[in-house]
Amino acid sequence: MRGAASGEVMLAVRGLGKSFTLHLQGGLRIPVLAGVGLELRAGECVMLAGPSGVGKSTLVRSLYGNYRAEEGEILVRHDGAWVDLASADPRTVLDVRRRTLGYVSQFLRVVPRVPTLEIVAEALALRGTAAEEARERARALLLRLNIPARLHLLPPATFSGGERQRVNLARGFAGDHPILLLDEPTASLDAENCAVVIDLVREAKARGAAILGIIHDEDARAAIADRLFPLTPLQDAA
Amino acid sequence: MTPGTLLSARGLSLSFGSIPALDGVDLDLWPGEALAIVGESGSGKTTLLNTLFGAQRPDAGIVRYRDPAGHVHDVHAMKRPMLRALHRSDWGFIYQEPRQALRMPVSAGGNVGERLMAQGTASAGALHYGRIRAAAIEWLREVEIDPARIDDLPRTFSGGMLQRLQIARTLVTHPRLVFMDEPTGGLDVSVQARLLDLIRTLIARFAIAVVLVTHDVAVARLLADRILVMQAGRVVETGLTDQVLDDPHEPYTQLLVSSVLQA
Repeated sequence: MRGAASGEVMLAVRGLGKSFTLHLQGGLRIPVLAGVGLELRAGECVMLAGPSGVGKSTLVRSLYGNYRAEEGEILVRHDGAWVDLASADPRTVLDVRRRTLGYVSQFLRVVPRVPTLEIVAEALALRGTAAEEARERARALLLRLNIPARLHLLPPATFSGGERQRVNLARGFAGDHPILLLDEPTASLDAENCAVVIDLVREAKARGAAILGIIHDEDARAAIADRLFPLTPLQDAA
Repeated sequence: MTPGTLLSARGLSLSFGSIPALDGVDLDLWPGEALAIVGESGSGKTTLLNTLFGAQRPDAGIVRYRDPAGHVHDVHAMKRPMLRALHRSDWGFIYQEPRQALRMPVSAGGNVGERLMAQGTASAGALHYGRIRAAAIEWLREVEIDPARIDDLPRTFSGGMLQRLQIARTLVTHPRLVFMDEPTGGLDVSVQARLLDLIRTLIARFAIAVVLVTHDVAVARLLADRILVMQAGRVVETGLTDQVLDDPHEPYTQLLVSSVLQA
């Protein structure tokens, strides 16, 4: 991967705060995150820890720019410079997602007719890989995740839930992004596919990717995490 | 004009009698970017689209457009012939009702070739005709219409085919900016899915900038990089499509997102 020396800080979060205001519930305000600070380095895998409802998913989505941070900074090393995702304009956020910040989740938004192979190859093409090489690598990754070749040219719309989930994992890992956010990548996977995901995370770490996310499965978490980042409930969240 | 933008609008206001259709709307669009305008009927989204396109004059405000040579034009100050030339070359408009754009007594191939002929890009005589026909065949293929249908009249086409024919007719001149007004509205769900996928593929492949009006937030999510939520002629919320739809801040946007039926 380009430019990132091992151990270099790739993501720095400072004073991050996030609440939700539910206007349809009389303006109810739900504070979720306050004063969150963390650093993530190249080649490191940090997993979020804390009870259900503490805001792990909100944090991951905020770091991706899917949820809009209210307070603080989300500094991402993008093309060798710092970009603050909390204040960046939409086009910059899209460029950071395309080339620097990958998101691996189980949730696939199906575009009705796009073949599986193209869905995965697109993630590579967006980062500048030539079309044929992108397809070749996409094919290999799908096979590793036990999506047989006869399914590669079909759109995933008709696949089982587990197959779709693995297509999305292939797409998430295919881009080789310098920073990867994991959002429950092993949820409801069988042991064999879970082991493949663990290997993929280890390989990403070995090439210097900085990885942060959520994995509920304790064995999987122990297998990949260098350290845990504990999130504690906000006092006023009760 | 904001640096690098293809289209830039400032302070657009327009009233129909006492009803404000547009109230101080600002908007920027960059090359190759897809922007969705969402909101309920009567929110002003189609009026905004028509105003940006130059078909509807605002009471106040300005729409600026940067041409391929880098010159900036005030869309509503352009002379009519120049605006018409723009509408059939660097810009396009996809209507919900394809019959509004298509010439029904003219063959499918004739419909696709018309914008090219109007541009007068090809040279005269047989070569001229041959090139236009070749381009028509190529574009029928692009929109998945059997080129054997080139001499058929549009009235023999299904609703989905008519919409694809309108897309071919519009994109044949390689516009950099296409305006779309509910392009998949009124079609069966399966036909709609195919059309959305086709539009998504074509705008990505040819790096076409799009301003898309839709009442369907799922269509916006599939096609648009950015979204602009309108209510009573005002822009109430704007941002990345997934941000606005997954973390809506404004009461109206929250209502819009929560009203979507889950399939």
